[in-house]
Amino acid sequence: MSLLEVEGLAREFGGVNAISDLYFSVPAGTVFSIIGPNGAGKTTLLNLLSGVYAPSAGQIVFDGRPLSGRAPHEHAAAGIARTFQNLQVFFNMSALENVLVGRTLHDPCGLLAAMVRPPRLTRDERKAREEAATLMRFVGLTDWIDADADAMPYGALKRLEIARALAAQPRLLLLDEPAAGLNPVETQGIDTLISRLAKSGITVVLVEHNMRLVMGISDHILVLDYGKCLAEGTVEQVRNDPRVIEAYLGAAASA
Amino acid sequence: MSGTNVASRMRGLAVLAGVAALLPLVLVNNYYYEVAILVGLNAIVCVGLNLLIGYAGQISLGHAGFFGLGAYGSAVLTARYGWPPLAAMAAATFAVAALAFVIGRPILRLRGHYLAMATLGLGIIISIVVATEDRITGGPDGMAVPPLSAFGLTLAGERSWYWVIAAVLVLSVWLALNLIESPRGRALRALHGSEIAAEVAGIDSAREKLRVFVVSAIYAAIAGSLMAHYAGFITPAKVTFFHSIELVTMVVFGGMASTFGAVVGAAVLTTLPQALTVLKEYEMAVFGAVMMLTMVFMPRGLVPTLSSALNGRRR
Repeated sequence: MSLLEVEGLAREFGGVNAISDLYFSVPAGTVFSIIGPNGAGKTTLLNLLSGVYAPSAGQIVFDGRPLSGRAPHEHAAAGIARTFQNLQVFFNMSALENVLVGRTLHDPCGLLAAMVRPPRLTRDERKAREEAATLMRFVGLTDWIDADADAMPYGALKRLEIARALAAQPRLLLLDEPAAGLNPVETQGIDTLISRLAKSGITVVLVEHNMRLVMGISDHILVLDYGKCLAEGTVEQVRNDPRVIEAYLGAAASA
Repeated sequence: MSGTNVASRMRGLAVLAGVAALLPLVLVNNYYYEVAILVGLNAIVCVGLNLLIGYAGQISLGHAGFFGLGAYGSAVLTARYGWPPLAAMAAATFAVAALAFVIGRPILRLRGHYLAMATLGLGIIISIVVATEDRITGGPDGMAVPPLSAFGLTLAGERSWYWVIAAVLVLSVWLALNLIESPRGRALRALHGSEIAAEVAGIDSAREKLRVFVVSAIYAAIAGSLMAHYAGFITPAKVTFFHSIELVTMVVFGGMASTFGAVVGAAVLTTLPQALTVLKEYEMAVFGAVMMLTMVFMPRGLVPTLSSALNGRRR
């Protein structure tokens, strides 16, 4: 059963079609990768899927419910979480608090209760902190649990964004170039992390330039070029598709 | 900074309560009490304003308007309509909250300079209305306000007022500290840090901004209402744009995103002009120089700079 259905999705910016007439579906529990040259519309697509942009046309159906045109926080409430290619960390907060913000949806707390702080809230907060710390250990941030976000190195911040997204307990996780800017050892670590996520049953949509990472962990690949679907299929199908080789992989292979 | 946050903030609250309790030892006459009460009233407004500016990252240049409406609401309802002061205070505060809710909805969509302009406009409109509706407000001449009384008791004298204001201030700080350390407060800080990341984490940023705007307006309205009853007389001076700027300056000077910074900022910038009166005509020049030097050498504000310097030494 597919968790996400994209039907005729399009987005234009001042007459330029960043995404046009896109159809695909993401089966639950799989890793679905989106690749393509720079400017192909990969990040635009993630922005559409997370509600940051509203589509110009088409539908995004998540778990049978149409989401198009809804606000980002409504996408989040439906069960979609994401990370950002250019980090969007809350640098005015501690690492742990960044992860806690990710759980906001699961920490219902009225304004009045927040201000008078009944004992129940103190208990809930303690539990939330413990769970957030557990999540930080899971993504490999054991050493940074007590750190301020602005004191952390780039590689750790990439993981922090993943921990924050996971804190929302999403059913669909959108990862926008989680390995960008990382060295090979760090990339290997992210690779392992994504595999573990996939095994835990969470559905992952991955945008990534690192072909070894993509080919290694994807169940399905969508190749974008100029905002259109160039090819779609399993790793084998995409790897052997002559159009893909010409537009993208070939250029990399011959370089 | 994390984990121990709650404990360290509650220690701060204990220190504040201690200072408030011991301060009367050095308040040798009524004039000193008067200044201390003024500090307390400004601090209450600043603690609320800091939630909006320092934590949520939304500017308001119109909070003197909310302060003034709280003051005039209480004044008009008690003096002209004979309402009991506490009922008048509650009604005025509720009306200000409702106004902030209605106005906040459209203007909090604006960002940065545009939000500054919109709140500035709101403040100016309120101040013009207060100054021109002289049949209700007394216009530029101001109006007398009955003293605060309830259950047959009347609050009179600087000393009694001091304890009431101190208690309200400690309560205001406690509520603000709790808010900041809650999921709601983290949502506010998050949308300050990255609004887009906050949104995709499921935070309805428009709703959170509106809520904190209303809360900060309530803080201002309550302080305004108390001020009116304490002073027994109000003029439009406290409703002006200049007073809005003073309040924002106190928040920035003390240190944004620091509740104790807001209190210290209010204390320093309220008492400094009083202390500088000995300099006569140079008063404002020295006052300005102190502010400029502080912001040049402590751009994060007084309390955050000093506290991180202290922490650094401890490590």
